[in-house]
Parts: sequence; C-alpha cells; structure tokens
Amino acid sequence: MSARVSRRSVLQGSLVLAFSLAGPALLAQTSKPRLPGDLARTPGLDAWLRIGADGVVTLMTGKVELGQGILTALGQLCADELDVEPSRLRILSGDTRVCPPEGVTAGSMSIPNAGAAVRQASAEVRALLVSLAAERLRVPAKRLRVQDGTVKNTGGGAVTYWALVGGKRLNREATGAVAPKPASQRRHAGKPLPRVDLPAKLTGEPRFVQDLRPDTLVHGRVVRAPTPGASLTEVDTVKVSAMPGVLKVVRDGDFLGVIATREWQAVKAAAALALVARWKEGRPLPVDPHAWLLSQPTQDTVIHRVERPTDVAPERMLEATYRRPYQMHASIGPSCAVAAWDGSTLTVDTHSQSVFETSEAIAKLLGLSKDQVHGRHVEGSGCYGHNGADDVAADAALLARALPGRAVRVQWSREDEHTQEPYGAAMVTKVRAGVDVNGDVLDWDYALWSTSHGTRPGGEPGNLLAGRSLAKPFRQPTPRNGGPPNYSADRNAIPLYAFPGQQVTTHFVTAMPLRVSSMRGLGAYANVFSIESFMDELAHAAGVDPATYRLRQLQDARAKAVIARATERFGWNRFERRPHHGRGLAFARYKNLATYCAVCLEVFVDPATHAPRVVRAVIAADAGEVVNPDGLANQLEGGLLQSLSWSLKEAVRHDARRILSRDWEGYPILTFSEAPSVDVQLIDRPEEPFLGAGEASQGPTPAALANAVFDATGLRVRDLPVTPERLAALRRAQGAGQ
Amino acid sequence: MAFTLNVNGAPHVIEPGEGEEDIPLLYVLRDHLRLNGAKYGCGVGQCGACTVLRDGAPVRSCLVPAASLQGREVTTLEGLRAPEGTLHALQKAFLAEQAGQCAYCIPGMILSAAGLLRQKRSPTEADIRTALDANLCRCGSHNRIVRAVQRAAAELAE
Repeated sequence: MSARVSRRSVLQGSLVLAFSLAGPALLAQTSKPRLPGDLARTPGLDAWLRIGADGVVTLMTGKVELGQGILTALGQLCADELDVEPSRLRILSGDTRVCPPEGVTAGSMSIPNAGAAVRQASAEVRALLVSLAAERLRVPAKRLRVQDGTVKNTGGGAVTYWALVGGKRLNREATGAVAPKPASQRRHAGKPLPRVDLPAKLTGEPRFVQDLRPDTLVHGRVVRAPTPGASLTEVDTVKVSAMPGVLKVVRDGDFLGVIATREWQAVKAAAALALVARWKEGRPLPVDPHAWLLSQPTQDTVIHRVERPTDVAPERMLEATYRRPYQMHASIGPSCAVAAWDGSTLTVDTHSQSVFETSEAIAKLLGLSKDQVHGRHVEGSGCYGHNGADDVAADAALLARALPGRAVRVQWSREDEHTQEPYGAAMVTKVRAGVDVNGDVLDWDYALWSTSHGTRPGGEPGNLLAGRSLAKPFRQPTPRNGGPPNYSADRNAIPLYAFPGQQVTTHFVTAMPLRVSSMRGLGAYANVFSIESFMDELAHAAGVDPATYRLRQLQDARAKAVIARATERFGWNRFERRPHHGRGLAFARYKNLATYCAVCLEVFVDPATHAPRVVRAVIAADAGEVVNPDGLANQLEGGLLQSLSWSLKEAVRHDARRILSRDWEGYPILTFSEAPSVDVQLIDRPEEPFLGAGEASQGPTPAALANAVFDATGLRVRDLPVTPERLAALRRAQGAGQ
Repeated sequence: MAFTLNVNGAPHVIEPGEGEEDIPLLYVLRDHLRLNGAKYGCGVGQCGACTVLRDGAPVRSCLVPAASLQGREVTTLEGLRAPEGTLHALQKAFLAEQAGQCAYCIPGMILSAAGLLRQKRSPTEADIRTALDANLCRCGSHNRIVRAVQRAAAELAE
C-alpha cells in the first residue's frame, strides 16, 4: 500500500502553466483521435500522473491489485513511455478521492483498459515534458533524450522533469496524437519484472486490509442469519452489552452487530449474541438447483443465429445436457474492512473490486451524499470474483456510524464467508448438433439456463447484504443479464467454430434462492465446458482425433495456433497409451474477444476408487502483447489450478433449509498433492493489442479434464464436478446397460 | 493474568483484557503484539494461514491458547529474518520464484516450510507437497510455492 494522498495535497500546488508547445505532434488537432481505454473517460493527464518536486512520479489508477499483478504491469507501461525507472514510481490505486474512476476491476479488462490508458497518458506527459525541456534548454526537441526523468541534450545541458513541473499540475487533456513507443524501444514492457506488492507480503509489513491498525481501532462482528432469507424475531442484547470489552451492540432490523475493544472480545461477544438471537426461517431452498432452473419462468433471448446456406439433411443428430453446480469464491482470508465516521465523512478501507461503485452504494445505505464516503482500496485475500468484500465494507460502515470517532474493523469469520458470499451460479446447458457424413457440424443449437452472474453493488445498497436486512430495507434490484460483447450468463456461449448453421439461446432466471454473483469467468466456465465437451463427443462419434476435428472447423488462425502449440508441447500425437491414463484437449477464446487459450491435460483414473488425478497440464495462450510474461503465466497457471479445483472437488452443499458447506471440511479445495505440474506456453505478439487474460484458462480446464477422463475410462461426465462418486455411478450404469 | 510469551527471540509480557483469558495465540500476535505475519483464515485449524513455529515445529496459532506457551519459543514470519534484516532463505526463494498471487496464504506456507526444513534438510518434492497439504491456496500458486521451497532447501544445504 502506498502512502495516502489526500485530495487537498493533490490539488495543492495547482498552477496553470503557460505551455508554448513546440512539438509538432502536439499542435492543432483537427480531428480528435479516439483515446485508448479508460483515458477516454478521464482524459485529464493530471488524473493519471503527477511529477513530485522531490523527483517521485505518482501514477494513479482506479484498477486495484487482486494478486494478478496489475500494479506492476501498469508501472512497466508507465516507466517505458515516460522514460523513468520503475523504482521512481509510486502507484496509488483505488482511492475514490485520488484515482481516476475506472469502474470494477474485473472481466480481464484491466490491461486492455487501464494499461492502454496508462501507456497513452505516459507517452503524452513525456512529450509535453520534452517540449518544455526543449524550450528551457533552447534546443530542438529531437536533440533531447530522456533517462530516468532527466532530459538531456546530446550536445550538453540537462533538466529534470521535476525541475520543470515538480509539484505542479499540467492542466492538460490527452489528445491521442502522441504515438507510444514501438515494441523495439520498450525496456520494461514484455519483461518479467518482479511484483511490487510481494516483498511486503513476504515480510509481514502491513499490506492487507486485515493488517490496518489506526489509533482508534476497535473490532466489530456481525451476526448473520443462520439460514438464507431468515429474519430476526428476537434478541436480548442486555447480557452481551455487559460482556467484557463490549462497546456497543447494534441492531437495525435483521442487521445485528457488536463492537468491542479487543478482537477476541468481539469474537466471543458475537458468539454469545448468536446464541440469544431468534430467527424465523425464510423460504425453503430448491434441493435440486438444476431441476429448479428448468422449471422457472425465464427471459429468453436468441443471442446468436446463423442460417445455414445449404439444406442438405444432416447425416446424424447428437445431443447432450451439461450441468454446473453452485460454487464458491472461497478466499483463504475471509473478507474484512475498516471504516470510520467523523460526523461528516465516512472513510472505508476495503478490498472491494469495485471501490467507486461500492462507496456509492454505502453512501446511499447511510443516507449520505456520494462525496461523504471516501473509499480506499487496500489489498485483501484473493479469489478473483465478487466475494464478501463489499458486504463487509457495508457492515463496517454501519457499525462505524454507530460509534463515531472510532475506526471499526470488521472481520468475517470462515463460516460467514462460506455461507454469506455470493456463489457462482448453477447452470444447465443443452446442445444439439446435426453433422454431415464426415462428422462435421452442419447445425449447432445451444441453449443455457442460468441465474445472474452479476449482482455487484453497482451503486445500489440493495445489492449489499446489510442493505437488505435493515429495518427499512433496500430492495435488491432485479438482476439483468449482461449483453454483448462481453455477455454474462451467456459469456462464451457462442462457439468460435465455423459451423454453417448456429443458434444460441439464453434462458435467464431472475430469481435467486441462493445468493449469486460474478465468479471468475462468469458463464464462460460452464459454456466452454459444454461446448468443448460436446466437441470431444462429436469427434469421437466421427472417429476423428479431437485436435484435428477442432482445427478443421476453425477459421481463426490465432485460435489454431494455440491449439497447435498446446498439442505439440503436450506431445498429443505421440501420446503413449497406458492403462487408466487419458489425454484431453479444450480450447476457447475468452469472451470471443480476449485471450486465446488451449489446455491439454493428462489424467490417471484409479480403477479401484475411480479417483481422477491430473498428472500434468499444458496451457498455450495468445494474449496479444504481453506486458509481464511471468505475471501472465502466473495468472494462466493459477486460473487452471483454481478451475481444476472447482472441477474436481467443488459444489456448494445445502439442503432445503441451510448451507451445509460451512468450513473447509464442508467445501474442500485443491491441495498440493492434487495440483499437477503446469507448462505455460505464451505466444507473444508485441505489435498486437492487449487481450485480457485473467480468466482465460477457467473455461477450457473442466472440458479438458472431462475429455481426458473419457479418454482414460470411456465414461463421459457431463455434470461438474468430476468426482469419484460420479464416475462410479457412471460405471455402474454402464454395467447395467450392457 | 499477565503471562510472558517468547516471540521471535524476545520476551513479551502479555496482559489479556477482561474476558481474554482463553485468547488463542493468533489474537495475541495480531491484536496485542501488532504482528501481521500470522493470518486469520478459518479459526479451526483447517487452512494453515495462521501457522507459526512453536519450538521450531509448525502449529496453528488460531487453535493454541496463548497462555499455554509460557516457556516455549514462538517464531512468526517477522522472526525469520536475521537480526541485521537479511531475508530468510525461504523469503528470498519465494521472491525469486514470485511464489504467490494475493499472497495471503504465503506466510503460513513459509512457516510450514520452515518447519519441514528443520526436520529434513533435503526434502523431495513429494515431501514438500505432503508437508504443505493442509495449507490452502486459492490463487493456484501451488507449483511456484513448491519450487520456492526447493530453492530455499538447496540454498540452505550449500
């Protein structure tokens, strides 16, 4: 975490500089080029960069660090274009009063949107400073070169950025007329620079929101309904109020919290409070979420349709149904926030991925103006999705308002996180294909059923857990499915294959008996699983090698290239048959517009226990220009392992009353012994645009797994996760069928 | 009742607040001693984020009553560095391998690995995976973590 900068200190030293611009590139723009990424929304260069009088260069971004290495990557892009060393940069991130509002850090869009903006803003600031230096040194700009912020004349004489404008505002908007450096001149982008946030995390410096300890710190806990939708009927707070260290018990409708001096006192007080709280249970939960999905009223949209030009009758029709369960974000560190109310401003330190929108929602929750809530991002425990971060920020805000002048730190318990976070939505997909005499697809008909994948706060207090539980509750907005080009439930539902006839239909269910929201990849996880499993089924039906079958129905050269690279590296064509071992392949281009990713897996399925074990994995990816190859490899490999964890082990267990997955025993995740080696192959294209990569391996992984398990056993698993129990049941059914 | 706790080579007099008589070690480390290394993860010993060393062996600090540790030596992430500040071989190795994403679980990983390396100077990859099996990671940094422990073991063996 960098030092905080208040709005006041940012604005101080504001001075309108009378620039007389010498650089021809900056002169009179007749037609304004479109500004890249988030620069279009925030074109003022002062919003992105400040040159301090002390020689420190401050880069500001609304995107936040989740463990994906965004701050490091943005620093690389800035350092290159501005011609300063990365060590000279101080990066401020996710502060609603200081940083450009760049929306939610999600959807594999930070490098394409923030990266492109930072690159352009830095290039423009450099051009501006060089033209000022040219004036100061009385030489043409073309004779100047810049080294770590010092502009030097090749014939002698130099001036630093900070001598030119240190501490002053530039008061200038980006023009889009300055070209960033060509790939050949980049010194940092494309290199594996080490992460800027890791050293503090490896030495115990305060870097996580959990580590904040302002002088006025006290500890809050919230007691949550034991079953979803339950309402608080009665609670006797007298005894708990008298417990040691307890400063306040707060109740507002179904919202029940306690604040204590010491953290352990707060933990004990919350436990005591839970014991005396009486709840009336809500509506029962659907025990079979998939049958429930298919029985609900739906919003139906044909999102994609291609009429087949020929009317040859298909040789054969094939169809299949696939299912994905509710799954959890399950961060290792439960959500945490620190909030303080001074009577006019509420500050909230949060690991939310949407600091701006969540701060706005909290303002509405408390009846404050937007300006009265100062949200500041501080890193938390990761998962890459909408977990409890925003909810705990609202919890802390409510408790802080009840105890002005104190910083209230609310730490959710493990059970809070497991039972209260919004899950990844259960889904059903049905796919039907008519194939020609060679087994290639003529007609492809795909349909999906899903609840929402997007209930992030978005400025609405009804999307916050606490907001819905107050005595005067905020209504949760009816969720909407996200449309093109990114899509949401139907993300990656449109196949990238060149099938002559195609139809894709979304059946969107707005009800949410279990709370759901954005989990890494959204609908792409289930949609790619379905499409790529079915492609494998079709390949086997046609008697064609699954890699060949895909390649001959793809037209996109970059798609073919990642499949070729993955299979080559994996040794697909020389794979040696061994008993109970199998190989599986899957491919997707995330969102059909971001990173291309192919995954090959080898599995071993124990014949006695049916337990699948992934022996090794290969990923090949094309993310366009690579900013940090090590960071990208880390994201892709981590995504594959996380997705393997979902696909081998994870399903939220619940009955009609309550969530049964309340800790790690009730919701096991991948362990070290279960994690295969992963070989990541990157196809770098330095002259191509950035393609977001953070979620690229989520979708191909479950399909590669199911395909490999089929190859090893002849058993086709169409329901995630791929468990020994499921395989044993399929084996029994197969035996019974013979 | 006040008691003395030896943490990272120095004695600390701990004065639990009223109602804190049964305070687990984790809350003493974080809330009383203001140390950040041990992380709260589950409170029931299932995830390993709070791992510290007790007389050199890994324990889950969320489960151990602090008052039971009088006369024992507790080592946290902060205590691994040499007195002059040099990073421990494991810390250097985790940096070299860029082992971690969000890195919330990493202090617990490092302490569990430190316990392993005290027992076994040259662990096999399987030894490392077994030793870390009860430490959970959500970001999928498992293989980098294993490589970091192997790197540290190699450095320590030199």
